[in-house]
Order: sequence, then C-alpha cells, then structure tokens
Amino acid sequence: MIPKPVVASDLTKRFDSFTAVNGIDLELEPGESFAMLGPNGAGKSSTMKMISTVSPVTSGELKVLGGDPQADGPAIRARLGVVPQEDNLDEALTLRENLMVYARYFGLSWSAAGRKADELLGFTRLEDRAKDQVVSLSGGMKRRLTIARALVNEPDLVLLDEPTTGLDPQARHLLWERLYQLKERGVTLLLTTHYMDEAEQLADRLVVMDQGKIVAEGSPANLITQHVTKEVLEVRFASGHEFDVTGLGLRTEPLADRTLIYTDDGEGTLAKLVNDGHTPASSLVRRASLEDVFLALTGRTLVE
Amino acid sequence: MMLAAVAYPYRVVERNVVSYRRLWLVLVSAMFEPVFFLFGLGVGLGQLVGDLEWYGEPISYAQFVAPGLLASSAMNGAIFDMTFNFYYKLKESRTFDAMLVTPLSISHVMDGEMAWAMIRGGFYSVTFLGVMLAFGLVTSWWAVLMPLAALLVGIAFAAMGSYGTTFARNWQDFDILFLITQPLFLLSTTFFQLEVYPSWARPIVQLTPLYHGVDLMRDLALGSVDGSALGHVAYLVAVTVIARAMVNRRMARLLLT
Repeated sequence: MIPKPVVASDLTKRFDSFTAVNGIDLELEPGESFAMLGPNGAGKSSTMKMISTVSPVTSGELKVLGGDPQADGPAIRARLGVVPQEDNLDEALTLRENLMVYARYFGLSWSAAGRKADELLGFTRLEDRAKDQVVSLSGGMKRRLTIARALVNEPDLVLLDEPTTGLDPQARHLLWERLYQLKERGVTLLLTTHYMDEAEQLADRLVVMDQGKIVAEGSPANLITQHVTKEVLEVRFASGHEFDVTGLGLRTEPLADRTLIYTDDGEGTLAKLVNDGHTPASSLVRRASLEDVFLALTGRTLVE
Repeated sequence: MMLAAVAYPYRVVERNVVSYRRLWLVLVSAMFEPVFFLFGLGVGLGQLVGDLEWYGEPISYAQFVAPGLLASSAMNGAIFDMTFNFYYKLKESRTFDAMLVTPLSISHVMDGEMAWAMIRGGFYSVTFLGVMLAFGLVTSWWAVLMPLAALLVGIAFAAMGSYGTTFARNWQDFDILFLITQPLFLLSTTFFQLEVYPSWARPIVQLTPLYHGVDLMRDLALGSVDGSALGHVAYLVAVTVIARAMVNRRMARLLLT
C-alpha cells in the first residue's frame, strides 16, 4: 500500500512564545492536489517547512511519505520536491547547470543529470535560455526554473509555497498550466496560497488556515456551498445616500469601501434595492468565491 | 553511511568547481599576491636585512619569509571562500537552504564547502611552492609535506572563518575580518622571528593559529623538523575539529528553525 504523502495530527510549531501552527490535522491522499489557503502569518509556510523536514516539530505527530521527518530526513527529502516561497536559485550557475548540480545532490550521474535538465527545461519552456545566467531571468521564469529544479528527482510529493505570488497574470496562467500537467501525471501537490483563484484552479481539496489553525476543510465547491451563498451582490452608495442593507439577502458584510450582500439571487436583490429607491452608485453581481468563505469564517479579508 | 559522508560533500565541491569555471581569472589572480610579497619584501627588503640565523645555520631573509607567505596564502585562499562567498550563499542567495531540501545535511554541506576552500588554499600553496623551488628557497626534502601542511592550514581557517561568518549581520561586518586577518598575516612571525617579541608577548603570538602554520612551513622548508612541528599539527587539527563542530551547530540553529 502506498503510504499517505502527509499525515499530521495535532501538529504544532512554536517559536519562543509565538505559536505559528496550533494543533492542525492534515491527511493527504496519493495523487491529489491539496491547498492551504490563508493570509500571511496563518502558519502555512511553517507547516511547509516542517513537512520538508527542515523545521523540527514542536509537538504532535507528523509523517511524510511514511517516514518521520526527524529520523528519516534524507530518505524523505530524496522523494520530495520543494518550491520555496523565495526563489533560491544558484546565481553563479546557468539554468542548465542549476538543474544538473541539483540533480547531482540527489545522486544522479552527470549524464543522467544532463538528460533530466534538458527534459525539464523543455517542460518549463525554458530551453532557449539553457545557457543563460539566472540573474537575466524574469520573475515568472525564475519560478518555472525553481519548479523544474524541484522535479529533478521525480518526486512523489511536491511542496509549493505560494508558487505564483508576485507574478503577472500571464506568468501565473502558464505556471498553473504546468502544475496542472504535473497533477495529471499523478504527482501529489501540496501548495499554499493566499489567492482564492489559485486554490480554485489547482486544488482538489483544501484547508483554510487562520492564526495557526484550520478553520475549514473541503473541496472548493463544497466550502462555498457550505459557508456562503451562490452569489454575492457588491454595492457602494454615494456619500450622503448611504443605506443600511442589513436584512437583505441571507447575510451582509460591510467592508471599508463597499458592502457585500450574500444572496442566491443577486440580480433579484439588486432589483429590489432599486425598486425601493435605494439605487447604489455602483453594483456588481458575482459568483461567491473562497475569498467569501474566508471572510465568513474569520470576519477578515484574505489579502489586505 | 561512510559513502554518504564522502559522496555528498564531493557534490558540493563539484558545485563550486562548476561555478568557478567562468571565474578562473579570480582564482588565478590571487596566486600572484604571495609572489609580489616574496619579491618586494623577501628579496628587496632582504638586501637590507641580510642573513638570519635559523637553528644555528645562516639563511637568507627570502628563505625565511617564503614559507610564512606560503602559509598565509593557504589561509587567505580558504578565508576568502568561507567568508564573503559563504555569507552570500548563507544570507543572500540562500543556496544552503536549497541544498538542505535535498538528501544533503548540514555536515555534508559544510564539509563540502570546507573541502573546496581547502583545495583552493592548497592550489595557491602549491603554485607558490613552485616559485620557491625555482628560486632555491627550499633546502630540505621535508618540503614534500608542505602541500599537505597547506591543506591543514586551509581547512583550519575554513572552519574558523565560516564559524565567524555565521555571526555577520551585514556586509559591513566583514571590516572586522580584516582587523583579524591583517594582524595575523603581519604579526604571526611571517616577517620576523618570535624572538623579536618581548618575552611576555611571545605566548600570545603562539596562541594564534597562523603562527603554527607559519612555523610548521618553515620547519618543513628548512628541514628543522622536531617535536614542535608535531605540536603545530596537533594544534591545527584540534582547531579544525572544534571549529567544525561549532559551525555545524550554528548552521543548524540558523537554517533548521
């Protein structure tokens, strides 16, 4: 039987008096794509570091690919691919050398490392830049190279810590497409993100984290139906014409610049407002997203 | 276990070889520094100094200075890699973080880095030994052990240099490094004998690491090997072992948080 890629129970990480991860339970299935969604400081990166065996567990249980991170570190890391939040590519080396040298750390021969490097440069569409220095790459290309580097050992589990933070939309979509390909090949992906669209695009299942704890768990669609309505009506009133919308829809959420009205019929609710003579200065009807789930669960927005 | 303890550090050395393939000029240029000192001070100033006495035998000033310069170049070669380059990989490019999510562990990374620094220091020493031979500054067969002694000096300073570097907060902190290496270079009996110091200062000089390297080299080059040479070796081995253990602990505290 294939061991579950990650099993954590009551997993806790403390730094002095600060508790970064506060007793979380996780269970990943082989081949699935799993996301941890939450704002900065939710404990996502600390969890990732414990799973990648470079951060000792304070308390609780953690098994990665069937092994104990403390005792079996090298054996676990041999089957792990890690894409850290900050690119740490080797700037003294070319793209191809980056991959080859890294493959050597995993014990590949130089000729196997060369073949692997060429294959992965192709996979990440960087083959034209093989002989260039890393410093000359754009942010999106650096991320792609970091992902290629994480794949040199054909890992069973790939950890991606905020893979697309700071990238422009085009670079993000190319990256998502490559990650989707990996997923199709059966590689287990564990990613953290604070973008709900990223979690919706890539994750089969996800946990929402806040202040070191898991506040919700499920598939993106499930979480939305469980915690919010199908649609959201966003309204903004002109100053001097504010109107208290409390009572409209199933729930309302006042934000600094607009008010959200959770309703299963956005257009209908808007029509009612207009009929009653409270036409908003601007309005938008959209589908509910994980952002709304997070807001409903914590009372705060995901990206501040 | 034994295999990993050699194979993994070896791959870290390879990484440095690959990265220096385009920077060979940087490597080669540092080769000339001790040669300049040898001609400027050993030969030039030597004209004014005249001959010295070493274990009852007269020797030229150049003969006296050259082994000290060889030890210093082993130190400098190792120190350069294990301070500036080490800091860059530790704090700026975070190359070590990337290495530590592979099967490599901290001791593999450190052993590899130290081996590379030692090889680099050894390379300078061997080329300089060639210069010494060409100018007849080597008078003993003991000198065949000088490259080995240079590797020992190199690894001792690689271990100490990297340990010190783990405390650096920014690039400015490296000014302190020169406050340490410059006096070591100038005062560790490289350019004059221990007897020049007043008796109270001699034990202080004898406590510093480069003194042991310099005196060991001189013993080997001039054939004055006795029990004190073994003492120098023991000192340098002890420094290496202790500093290596300390830097491994420091690195774990910094990187495995």
